[in-house]
Formats: sequence, C-alpha cells, structure tokens
Amino acid sequence: MNILSLFVAIPALMIALLFLCKEMKQIRAVMVTGASALMFLATTLVVLFLQERAAGNAAEMLFVSSTIWYAPLHITYAVGVDGISVLMLCLSAIIVFTGVFSSWNMNMAKEYFLWYCLLSIGVFGFFISIDLFTMFLFYEVALIPMYLLIGLWGTGRKEYSAMKLTLMLMGGSAFLLIGIVGIYYTSGHSTMNLLEIANTLHIPIEHQRWIFPATFLGFGVLGALFPFHTWSPDGHASAPTAVSMLHAGVLMKLGGYGCFRVAIYLMPEAAHELGWIFLILTGISVFYGAFSAVVQTDLKYINAYSSVSHCGLVLFAILMMNQTAMTGAIMQMLSHGLMTALFFALIGLIYGRTHTRDIREMGGLMKIMPFASVCYVIAGLASLGLPGLSGFVAEMTIFVGSFQHADLFHRVFTILACSSIVITAVYILRTIGKILYGPVQDAHHLHLTDAAWYEKVSAVGLIIAIVAIGMYPFGISDVIRESLLPVIEKLI
Amino acid sequence: MDFNNFLLMGQEIGLIVVFLILFAYDIIASDKGKRWFYPVACFLFAVQTVLGFFPLSTGEAFGGLYVGSGLTVLMKNILNIATLLVFLQSYTWLNSEETRHKAGEFFTITLVTLLGMYLMVSAGNFMMLYIGMETASLPLACLAAFNKYKEKSAEAGVKYILISAFSSGILLFGLSFIYGAIGSLYFSDITLAVVSDPLTILGFVFFFGGLGFKLSLVPFHLWTADVYEGAPTSVTAYLSVVSKGAAAFALLFALYKAFGQIEVVWEPVLWWLSVITITLGNLFAIRQTDIKRFFAFSSISQAGYILLGVIAGNAQGMTATVYYVLVYVFSNLAAFGVISAVENASGGKTSIAAFNGLYKTNPMLSFVMMLAVFSLGGIPPFAGFFSKFFIFMAAASEGHYLLVFIALLNTVISLYYYLLIIKAMFIKEGEPDATGRFSSDAYNKTSLTLCTLGIFAVGILACIYESIGNISFGI
Repeated sequence: MNILSLFVAIPALMIALLFLCKEMKQIRAVMVTGASALMFLATTLVVLFLQERAAGNAAEMLFVSSTIWYAPLHITYAVGVDGISVLMLCLSAIIVFTGVFSSWNMNMAKEYFLWYCLLSIGVFGFFISIDLFTMFLFYEVALIPMYLLIGLWGTGRKEYSAMKLTLMLMGGSAFLLIGIVGIYYTSGHSTMNLLEIANTLHIPIEHQRWIFPATFLGFGVLGALFPFHTWSPDGHASAPTAVSMLHAGVLMKLGGYGCFRVAIYLMPEAAHELGWIFLILTGISVFYGAFSAVVQTDLKYINAYSSVSHCGLVLFAILMMNQTAMTGAIMQMLSHGLMTALFFALIGLIYGRTHTRDIREMGGLMKIMPFASVCYVIAGLASLGLPGLSGFVAEMTIFVGSFQHADLFHRVFTILACSSIVITAVYILRTIGKILYGPVQDAHHLHLTDAAWYEKVSAVGLIIAIVAIGMYPFGISDVIRESLLPVIEKLI
Repeated sequence: MDFNNFLLMGQEIGLIVVFLILFAYDIIASDKGKRWFYPVACFLFAVQTVLGFFPLSTGEAFGGLYVGSGLTVLMKNILNIATLLVFLQSYTWLNSEETRHKAGEFFTITLVTLLGMYLMVSAGNFMMLYIGMETASLPLACLAAFNKYKEKSAEAGVKYILISAFSSGILLFGLSFIYGAIGSLYFSDITLAVVSDPLTILGFVFFFGGLGFKLSLVPFHLWTADVYEGAPTSVTAYLSVVSKGAAAFALLFALYKAFGQIEVVWEPVLWWLSVITITLGNLFAIRQTDIKRFFAFSSISQAGYILLGVIAGNAQGMTATVYYVLVYVFSNLAAFGVISAVENASGGKTSIAAFNGLYKTNPMLSFVMMLAVFSLGGIPPFAGFFSKFFIFMAAASEGHYLLVFIALLNTVISLYYYLLIIKAMFIKEGEPDATGRFSSDAYNKTSLTLCTLGIFAVGILACIYESIGNISFGI
C-alpha cells in the first residue's frame, strides 16, 4: 500500500475501532494512539520526501500511485504529494493530534470522535489526492460531519450556525463541481488527473473564463472569501473547541490550497485575466475582517474574524501570482493554521472554566491561570506578526512578494493589506489587556484551576510548531519554493 | 403463431407463475394455513428476483411488439429488487388487525402492477406501452385505497384513479396523433419516419404529458403529495420507487428509440421541465410537516434529476439514468423502511415531529435514515453522490452546463430539508408522548440491511456502473 493511502486508512481504522469501544478510557486510547500514528506518519513522510529530493528525484509529485476506479469516466484513485501537500499533511496531523487532547472530556465521546475521524479522513484525503473527482469526494466528506459536530456538541446558536455553515459550504461546492465537470469536458474528456491536465492538456481560454471563477469561488467560500465569509464567524463561535481548531486550522486551508492547486494551476490564462476581480474581494476580506474583529466582544468571534482577515491574506497572496508571494501564502496557511488552532484551544480552555467568552466579563486571568495566559499571549504575538514567531515570516514574505508588482493597482492593495497588521495589533492587544491583565472582574474566577495536563499537551505542541517555523523559516520556505516552480512556470 | 416467442418472456412468465401460486394459495388455504402466506410470498418473489440475474435469451417477440434485451432484463431486475424490499417492509402493516384478512390481495395486486411495468419497459410499440401502463395503474389505485377504513387512504385511491385515467386519456390522444402523422406505432418504424412536423410535435407533447403524470413531473405532479400521504406507507414506497422507475425507463426507451431523431424538439422541453421539477419539488418539500408528503416532494425533485440523464440522449445518459434509479431504489426504500417502522411503533404517526429524538430511542433506525437522506442528498461516500455525479456528467457531456449548475444549486436546497430530518433525529429532544425504545420486525430489518448494503456498495464498487454501461452501450 502506498504510504499516502495510510493517511486515509488510519482514521478509517480508528472509526472501526471506535465502534468496538465501550468505555471512555478505551475511546481515549484509540484516539491518542491513532492521532500519534498520524503524527508519526507525517514525520516519516517528511523524512522520506526530503530523502527522495536529496537523491535527485525532481518529479513534480512524489509517491505517485494511481488505481483505476471508474474507467468509463477516467476516474482514478490517484495520490501524490509535492512539498506543499506534505506541509499541509503535517499541519493537519498536528492539529488532529492536539484536537484530540483539547476534547478530552466530551459527552457522547464515541459519536463525537466518530465524526471527528470522518472529518480527518476528508481532510487528509483531500491533500493527498491528485485526481479531481477523489479530491472533490474528500472535500465533501470533510464538510458533512461539521453539521452534526456543531449541531450536537456546539454552544450558543448552534443549530442555526451549523445549518448556515453547511449550506454555504455546500453552495460553494456546487460551484466547484460545475467547475470540475467543466474542466473534464473542455480539456478533452480524457482524464481527471490534475497533473495530466496541467502538463499535457489545455483548457481553451473561452472556457477558462467561466471555469476559473467557478472553481475559485467554490474553494474561496471555504477560504472565507468576502462576501461569502459569513458562515465562518457563526460556525467557529458555535463549534466545540476541537472542531473550531480543525475547521479554522485545516479546513479553511483546503480552500486556499484548492484555489492554488486547481484554479490557478490549471487555468493560468484566466487567472491573469480575471484575477483582479478576486484580488479586490480578498483585499476587502483582509481589511474588513480585521476591522470587524476590533468591535467584537466574544473571544471566538474576535478570533473568527481575525481568521477571515488572515485567510483573506492567503488568497490575496496566491492571486499575486509570483513566487515570493505564493511562498508567503503557503507559509501563512501553516502559520495561521497553527496559531488559530492554539487560540481556539485556549479559548475552549478558558470558556470551559469561566463559562463566558465575553471579554467584558473577564479580567486578570494572568494571575489565575498563568500557563493558559502565557500561551494566549504567545498566540496573540504570533498573530500580530512578532519576529521570531511564524506570523512574521509569513506576512513579511507575502508583502515583499506583493510589492514586486510595479503597477499602481497591486501596490495600492498591498499597502492596504499591509495596514491591516496595525489593526490586528489593535484587537489582539486590546483582548489581551482586557482579559489577562487588570482587575479580576468576577470573584468566582479566583478559584479556577489552570490548564490540565491534556490541555497543556495541546497548547505546547502547537507553540513548538509556531516557534519552529518562526526560528527556522528557510527549511520550510525552500521546500515550498521548489514545489511552486511548476505553477510559476505556467503563470509566466 | 410461433410459441417460441414466449421463451423470450422468461421474467414475465416467472412472475405470472408466482402470481398464480399465490393466488391459489390465498383462495385455497385455511386461516391457519395462511400463517405461512407472507414468508412463502416473499420467498417466491425472492426466487423470481434471483432468477432474473441468470442469462436469458433475448430478442424481439411478436413482430417487435415486445423487446427483450440485456438492458430490459436489467431494468426489470431493478424493479424486482425494489418490489422485494417493499414486500419485506410491509410485514407489520399486513399483520395489523384491519389488513390481516386481505394480506394475500396486497401481494397479488402488486404482482399484477409489476407485470404491467415489465410490459412498459419491454414495449417496442406504443400500444404495448399503453397496455402495460394501464395494467400497472388500475390496480395501483386499489393499493392506494388499501386502508379503506381510513378516509385519507380511500381519498388517495380515488384521486389516483382519476388522475391516471386522465393521463392515460391524454397519452392515448397523443398516440393517435403520432399514428396519424407516421402511420405506425412501432418504435422502429417511427424512428425511421419521424420528422418535426406540427402533428408529430403535438402528439409527442401529449404523449410526454401522459407519461409525465406517472413520473410526477411538474406541472403534472399535483396528485403526488395527496396520494403519497393517504396511501399505506408500503404502497407509497412502491409508488415512489417502482412505479416511478418503470415510468422513467419507459420514457427513456420511447425518447431514445422512437423520437431519437427529433432530439431538437424534446431537448428544450426536458430542459425546462427538469429545471422546474427539481426547483419546485425542493421548494415545496421545505414546507412539509408530514414525512410522507415530504418524501413525495423529495421524490418529485428526484424525478427532475432523472430527466438530467435522459436529456443527454446518448449511451452515457442511459447508463447514468439506470444507475440513478438503482441507487434511488436503495436510498428511498431505506427511508420508507424507517418511516414504516416508526409509523408502526408510534401507532400511525407520520409527522416529522415523530422522528424527534429517534437517535435516543432507536439508534440503528436513525442511522439508516441518516444514510438514506445523505444518499438522496448526494453526500459522499454514499451511492447517491456517485449517481448524482454521473447524471451531471451525462448532462454535461452534451454541453448542458447551465442545467447542471441549476441542478447543483438545487442539491443545496435539498440538503437543507434533508438536514432537517437529521436535525429532528439527532439534535432535537423527543416529544413527551414519544414511544420508548422499540425494535422493528425481522423482515423490515432484513430489508433495511439490504438497503444499507446497497447504499454503501453500489457507489464504491465501480463494476456495477461499468456493467450497466456495457449493457446500455449497444442501444
């Protein structure tokens, strides 16, 4: 069996084992073992990948294997990874792993983790697929568990949010599917394989003009593209902790990854022609998301709008269509995935103890739960782009890359997007100042406990990754840079 | 007369034999002996279903009136599977106080309608198609009124008979025009001579309208919700799956074989009908509070999706349509199996509210229902996702991108109301007077297990789609 298929096989096996479990201990054992196995697998994959590259294997994708599934329609189960997908798989593995620890004490844990594993099958499957059909299949597999995860285990207006999220994302996938069908037929209905379409076939420009917007919009909805971002704040605010982590940390990256891998890669001409429309929308996402975060009082809403802003930056950088900016986009995906997961883990932790997420009702938590508060500060600093943490590296690369465009339009938008960093600082520092410092707002909070060991595992794991990217960015950016070459060649 | 002709009708003969045995059994056996009627009937029909998968000699019989081909055999097998599943689901209902004494009639009448549907599928001549349709419709009205002590059921029977008589009349009217224009009712003659002159077009429109009633396409759908609501649940299942499937198959053959040359005429008709059928079906489904009415509108919109495969007009469309119906059989019958189990356990409640908190009282049933609605809504990895995808691919192969897009947006609407069922079962709390834990009878469990297997396997196993494709390639 191909090493990549294991990423789908392990969660599937976990589902099977979960059915047999009866007690909470067994469920935890299965989940921790499975998630650790995934982490181990991801690490192994990185090592193998780097070894292959070092040995001079210059193929665009490695570990490629393809099994025919539906021969009449040229549907295959085809997998393969380049540097970018390897990084995305690592990100997903980290967040799935930490998510398990963040949902240590769930009620109806068995059902919860069943859906959780199904969600991770979708996520992993999406990143390993290089066949359009299987890619779409896994994409939808990742969407549907969200409904029940939010609807059953969520908080607040959970039923409304779950329905809104599911329908908006499925609406996006309708655009996506028509795009995929269009790609298949207009490229000469001979293959669904991404690489073959990109390298040997060509989609006529008159078709690209409608397929590109359809696919970009389809994935863009998941990447919280303005004005289709409204599912994100409600969805994230209502979801249980680990689901928010996975959703903001990984699922929103599916959008960015898909825009890049399908829309831009397969239809470069249309991307040049129509990219500016989406650039305006992403510019609004970045700016508007940041401003909305400033006025929120619910911790999760603040973080959700900040996600809109940061994910907007991912799409913004992808649309700049040069190597530096796109490298930055991928780094931003990693960085945002990790820090937003950390945020949500900590918010879950705080909410689990204080039973409020309103920043006006909290204060002085630094004295009460020092560990959690320090982690929160680190997450905040990463988010506002402090050098030494992952956010700085990513945003710096993006803006350097964006500014390489000499025309007025791109420069104006770069400057606008750049200024969103200042607004980020405003809402992050305001939140930190309000909830962590100052007088304790509620006397009941004085007796709260600090993070338990499983919550510490989750937070520390994420912080290590954030610092690692911030301290040693070249290891990662080299891998990305080299994997971007085939795309960049098509764009020029 | 050449009796060899009958050899080509293996499935019909088998069905008639089953019918005769059951008929005789029902008349002769004492009340005590009738205890075994239900298992015997199911067993005999299961044998008939299995026999259909053995190779049969195929060809044209009676000068082309009757056509047997690999594809018709396959379609009849699909109808058989569906009927068998319906039979298995009807156990508790047939054993209830009011219906026990006429359980035999349910089987014999159903088998007669099935015979009519066989003939519809195998028709090579419009007269044969008409006879098959009549054989299928009239007994169906009896079935709809089977719970005659219930006002709604009797009402459903009357509505059905009126509507089907009306639609038969229209269909016959259209056929007379076609006969007037072309001078023959044989598909093979029509396809040679058909041109798009006004008389033929008028004839086609009437013919299509008549069949549209059977398929419950908008705007010929108005009877559907009332009849589905009033008829006993097993009969509703039969109507929504078998009757609709047979009509879709008949439409497929008539359009491809007889009117294949005037595709320019029927393509826009189908285009618009499928758009309004899917959309209106979906929009009305949202507002329903009765689960049977709900599934009536859901099945209307599913019929619209079936048209998407028909409109392609090529072998791929044929394959996709047959595959779609097969998947629809499993998904819809899984839903109806659960509905009848809940209805039986709760003493005849069919409101959506009766499903509130079902996960707490009967997790397995709610699991099956979840699979069913996800499959109907086209969610991977269930079979419905594949069948929807293939039908979209078929429509897109002829360049109908806009139509596919509209249908795709409609899947989002349909997902909304399917999720309402999920929400009722998993998220909402049960009603205070809800039934406690219950389990359904063994027959229904068998049928639901088969449906679940179908929902999982038909999509994942590519060989099913491919073998349908191989069979339909020749047409």
